[in-house]
Amino acid sequence: MTLRFKLTDEDFGYRGDIVLRDISIEINAGERIALVGQSGAGKSTLISILQARYAADTAFVPQDLGLVPTLSVFHNIYMGALQRNSVVRNLLNLVWPRPADIALIQPIAEQLGIGEKLFVKVGELSGGQQQRTAICRAIFHGGDACLGDEPVSANDQHQSRVIMDALTTSFDTVVLAMHDIDLALEYSTRIIGIKDQSIALDVAADQVTRTDLNTLYVK
Amino acid sequence: MLRVSGFFVALAFACLFAADISITTLDPWTEMQRMGLGVVTPDFTAVSDIGWVLVRTVAFAFCGVALGAVGGFLLSQLFHYGPVRWACAFVRAIHELFWALIFLQMFGLTPLTGVLAIALPYAGICAKVYAETLEEGDQRAVKILAPGTDILSAFLYARLPGVWVHIRNYTSYRFECGLRSSAVLGFVGLPTLGFYLETAFSEGNYSEAAALMILFYIMIASLRLWMRPKLIGLYAIVAPFFLGGGFSIEMSNIKRFFTIDIVPAPLRGEALDSMNTWSQFADWVWFISVDMAVPGIIATVLLTQIALVGTGVLALLMFPLISKKFFGPVGRSIGHGFLVVVRSTPEFILAYIFLQLWGPSMLPAIVALALHNGAIIGHLMGRFSDEVKLRPDHARGQNLYGFEMLPRIYGQFLAYLFYRWEVIMRETAILGILGIATLGFFIDSALSEIRIDRAMFLIVVTAALNIGIDILSRRIRRHLHLSDEARQLKNPA
Repeated sequence: MTLRFKLTDEDFGYRGDIVLRDISIEINAGERIALVGQSGAGKSTLISILQARYAADTAFVPQDLGLVPTLSVFHNIYMGALQRNSVVRNLLNLVWPRPADIALIQPIAEQLGIGEKLFVKVGELSGGQQQRTAICRAIFHGGDACLGDEPVSANDQHQSRVIMDALTTSFDTVVLAMHDIDLALEYSTRIIGIKDQSIALDVAADQVTRTDLNTLYVK
Repeated sequence: MLRVSGFFVALAFACLFAADISITTLDPWTEMQRMGLGVVTPDFTAVSDIGWVLVRTVAFAFCGVALGAVGGFLLSQLFHYGPVRWACAFVRAIHELFWALIFLQMFGLTPLTGVLAIALPYAGICAKVYAETLEEGDQRAVKILAPGTDILSAFLYARLPGVWVHIRNYTSYRFECGLRSSAVLGFVGLPTLGFYLETAFSEGNYSEAAALMILFYIMIASLRLWMRPKLIGLYAIVAPFFLGGGFSIEMSNIKRFFTIDIVPAPLRGEALDSMNTWSQFADWVWFISVDMAVPGIIATVLLTQIALVGTGVLALLMFPLISKKFFGPVGRSIGHGFLVVVRSTPEFILAYIFLQLWGPSMLPAIVALALHNGAIIGHLMGRFSDEVKLRPDHARGQNLYGFEMLPRIYGQFLAYLFYRWEVIMRETAILGILGIATLGFFIDSALSEIRIDRAMFLIVVTAALNIGIDILSRRIRRHLHLSDEARQLKNPA
């Protein structure tokens, strides 16, 4: 097994407050991790630390989505691949989307149910559709791994499954902060629970029950 | 806030005692009657090629603002460098007309003079506003870009689209300002509206002057109809061809300007290692400072302070004219009409008209500055007052004004006013060209005596004064916690 993400004995603070203490994590390629825990426990911090460390080769869906509302769905998805393409191609696409790139992006958008919205400005979409646009961008970014911070929060049960299916089939390794416990148990291979600024639980998903996880949510 | 207001009002009264505000014309009433007659009998045939005058005015504005906006945009990318920021502050502290007077020495009466006179200060102001807009824009999309994304793509995809609307609105507002600047440039001899206006006035042909002004208002009022995003490319191609002739620029003039003209007279061709040269230079600086700069600064500051308070008083009187809280649709449209006319007329032209009526003193300048700026702030406050939520049984009339409205919008009002302070001072200096003894008067006199070194010295003094007022105004706004409220003034569209 190859190691994909690793943190060793690290503290993370934000404006002088320690948010995470003494964190050690090893994540192998092929694992599907769900980060669970109360709001404010430090899930987002952990995701953004991993993102900062592994930005060079990891796709990312931030909680605030990082979309440009005045650009179309196509352009926002294409932004996942700006680093792969030449300046000229990027600029041409901005003014006049190339059929070849539309052909690459169309199927991804269709998979997430926004194929018909490809040339609608993102600012005009619903919250759920915007979130799926950010998912498409991560998929178009490509690579073997994806980090996501609450990637289904704005979607209903059905759409959430569509998103989880898309992410787990597109990426070999996924690390997602989740608030939906059932979805976390269903899609992940390993659950990491965060409580009181540190890792309180780290088990295989098939060896844990819903009630075990409830302990993470009581003071 | 009241203490600060009281201090400024008291200061203005003190200045009023020191200022010369007499009416020196023998019979202002007859002249006013003749002007009034001209306004009601505009003569659109008087200027033979009146259409071309307008086209040229637009062409100068377009070329100047386009160049300024593009230059400003490029500079905004370098705005985090101190020297770029300082250079921008310096070029925008000097009024378009002073730039025109400087470029006249270098390029003569050519289109380049007019275009650069607008482009340079506008580049300075655009750079600042664009840089601030980009800085305040949403940065979240930048964070998701993968490392290795090239700077240009990152900028065009992740940063620019979010603020594009603001930049476009601000630039179109600048174009409206550019039209006024372009019109005024006619007063120094360029073939725009101001040139024909001055001719008409000096010949007492008020019907012709009225026709020119009416067309100018129509042009500004219809701006949205003909300044379409899709047409900008076309304008950019054709505008340079409508600037009029006179392209012969002599390199020798430019060289002379930099190597001889602007070198202080005592240093020209003298031995720079001689004590005598430098003592003569010191005398030169002393002479200009005592005889021109100091009296010019005093007059400029006096006039600015009176005009500032006058602007405030007029704005407070005029804003109800366009407010839904005070007037019905009929009253408001009259109010709007009046404010549009007054704020579309450049201060310089207003001052010129009043000067014809009342003769040279500070009075025409004070009234012109207070009217124009009062109308601008009154317009912004009127719109702001519409947003104020009142309880259903609110007071009416004077009580509504005094108890409900004024306390709510006074902070906003002061923010606008202090923002305008620097603009008023820059205009005050320039009104000297009309014969009022502010800094512009001494600069204009020095130039007409072809003492360009003196003029440059005084222009730098003027710029320093403007930058000083700008800093002071920012301090006061911060002291009163007004800085955020004034942001709106930058995007009045």
